Amino acid sequence: MTNPAQTQAANLSNQSQLPDADWYEAYARDRVAGLLDPDTFVEFIGPEQRVMSPHLAQFDLTGAFDDGVVVGRGRLDGQKVFIAAQQGWFLGGAFGEVHGAKVLGLLRAARDSAGKDGPRAVLLLLDTGGVRLQEANAGELAISEIIGAILEVRNAGVPVLALVGGRAGAFGGGGIITACCSRIIVSKHARVSVTGPEVIETNKGVEEFDSKDRALVWRVCGARTRYLTGGADRYVKGTIKDFREAAIALIPHAPPFELATLKAEQKRLADRLQQFGDCRDATEIWRKAGLSEPERIADIADDAFLAIARPKGADHDAR
Amino acid sequence: MEQFQVRGAAKERARGSRLEAITGVNASGNLEVLVERVLPDRECLVEVATAVTGFREIWEAVIQEFFERSSPGGLRFSINDGGARPDTVTLRLMQSARLMEAE
Repeated sequence: MTNPAQTQAANLSNQSQLPDADWYEAYARDRVAGLLDPDTFVEFIGPEQRVMSPHLAQFDLTGAFDDGVVVGRGRLDGQKVFIAAQQGWFLGGAFGEVHGAKVLGLLRAARDSAGKDGPRAVLLLLDTGGVRLQEANAGELAISEIIGAILEVRNAGVPVLALVGGRAGAFGGGGIITACCSRIIVSKHARVSVTGPEVIETNKGVEEFDSKDRALVWRVCGARTRYLTGGADRYVKGTIKDFREAAIALIPHAPPFELATLKAEQKRLADRLQQFGDCRDATEIWRKAGLSEPERIADIADDAFLAIARPKGADHDAR
Repeated sequence: MEQFQVRGAAKERARGSRLEAITGVNASGNLEVLVERVLPDRECLVEVATAVTGFREIWEAVIQEFFERSSPGGLRFSINDGGARPDTVTLRLMQSARLMEAE
């Protein structure tokens, strides 16, 4: 049997260039390789084991050798971490039975090994449309179990970080999973939400939500809105290295998972709803929050966006 | 979906000592290739699972040309295909063989 650690994965010919690669364009394996310290990643249940979906063939679909998610351990700035990375290009990164079980197993391993020799953090590189429709019951179950496991890991004192910036965003259960993490890092391409734009349009009509209006989609659930309203903790410019540096910076500052934290977050959300609940679009929120030139916020370059001071209460410490 | 195997003979053992590698992703117009050093030195094999039926002859031509060009002796390639074009298939096969050249 071969050692999974030796499974070489590369879609860029030069691995040393990975940190400068764009997160959005990179495949899951390249994100992992570029995010962690070089050559420290050890995969659990690698593709050579062919632990694949037992359901997709019934639907005449070809599978993926890793069922669309890479899980394992490695080092980040010298510290031991557990990591899971979804492959957004394969079936929209959606959660199926095996896919979900791999993420759940990783989280339970983190919970059970928490302590002196356990991981310093768990990194979830989410890139998902939510539940895989071909195995939806198993996917829904996996997502609820993952949510429970995230809270157990946090309760054991290990921060769980969500990193979102792929093509599929973090939708459906993936949006809920993101919101349950200790810290959330996003780049411009990220969208974090529960019900996807097409689903809203299908159910409520185009006047309720025009899913083909890309600018509207990003104003409502995109990274900039999430960051300005406290739905994300760090907005990065988009290379793998940017995500790496943000993760290293945030791990020591994850809030304790305790009642006071949850109460503070509940209050913040209630205040936010009261303040902005009647807004119809993100620009109205930004105007109400006193940001200058709110209609330009969606269009300016990343550097200019990062220079904006977040509205009061968004830069909280109560997730 | 269609599944089949294409066997070939190689002039020599594939260079390098790496035991396995994976490249690409099963997505629309793309494919993933898992390659493993598990066969005798003069044999090579590609196992194909493709979402698109009816193109077996083209697959066989592309794969036989790859065998001749790369001589990937000892390697088994397993493909999950999402409807990639022949040039993309060649590129991924070459990429995966190249990854195995590492010591």
